[in-house]
Amino acid sequence: MVNTIDTIILVCMILGALWVVMTRSLLRAAIALAFTSAALSILMFRLSSPLAAVFELSVCTGLVSVLFISAIGLTHPSTREEKAEHKVERLQRFKYLPFIVVAVGIALSFVAVKLSLRLPPPEIESDVPTVLWNLRPMEIVGQVIILLSGVFGVVILFKETGAK
Amino acid sequence: MNGELLQTFWPLGIFIIMLCVIGLYCLLATYNLIRALLGLELIIKAVTLLIIAVGHISRHTALAQAMVITFIVIEVVVMTVAIGIVLGIRSHNDSLDVRKIRMLKG
Repeated sequence: MVNTIDTIILVCMILGALWVVMTRSLLRAAIALAFTSAALSILMFRLSSPLAAVFELSVCTGLVSVLFISAIGLTHPSTREEKAEHKVERLQRFKYLPFIVVAVGIALSFVAVKLSLRLPPPEIESDVPTVLWNLRPMEIVGQVIILLSGVFGVVILFKETGAK
Repeated sequence: MNGELLQTFWPLGIFIIMLCVIGLYCLLATYNLIRALLGLELIIKAVTLLIIAVGHISRHTALAQAMVITFIVIEVVVMTVAIGIVLGIRSHNDSLDVRKIRMLKG
């Protein structure tokens, strides 16, 4: 199932994720998250899920990155003293992460997982629109409710206080 | 999922767990609220990949894609509201450092 190209994409994803956590600049971290998300969408496309891959690419890589970059743009940058202070502190906190990730990967590659779960009959569903609109219509309703609650949440958060 | 299918899934599963570990470490080790959200995003990416991989193996890709689309909608809404809350906290405390947030203490 996982061939060489998939492995390269997965390694790129892990490197991107490490970049998100390890880099000092928040802006670079947001860009690294977009890179990780783009790698994930390529992988989703290769795992025969093109529609979800398009959603991931447009929404997660595009919209969420823009959201993060806008939020970072609204915060003030650190002073030179703060940067120097945080540099040492950050290095102390995150220096073990690459070793932990590599150790976890190596340890898991030696684990022989034995599970015997029964597979459901394949391909009851035909395509994504049929699943969403015919088999699981309440999911669409749930999505609309979640979107509306998010909109109202943001409106309440940024609501101006009344006349003083 | 029988043994043979799990064998084919396991290499992908290793990378999913590694991605989860990176996200969890970020959540635990950082003091910056925006970076904590970035760590949460990494965990969400790992779960998305897990759903797609399992859908691919069990040949239920349509169902998995429908679930992932719903998941992406929820993710975006959660991130939008969370970023709004973070910006609100920043305007009150003039910092994104969780150690300097004193509003809910004492």
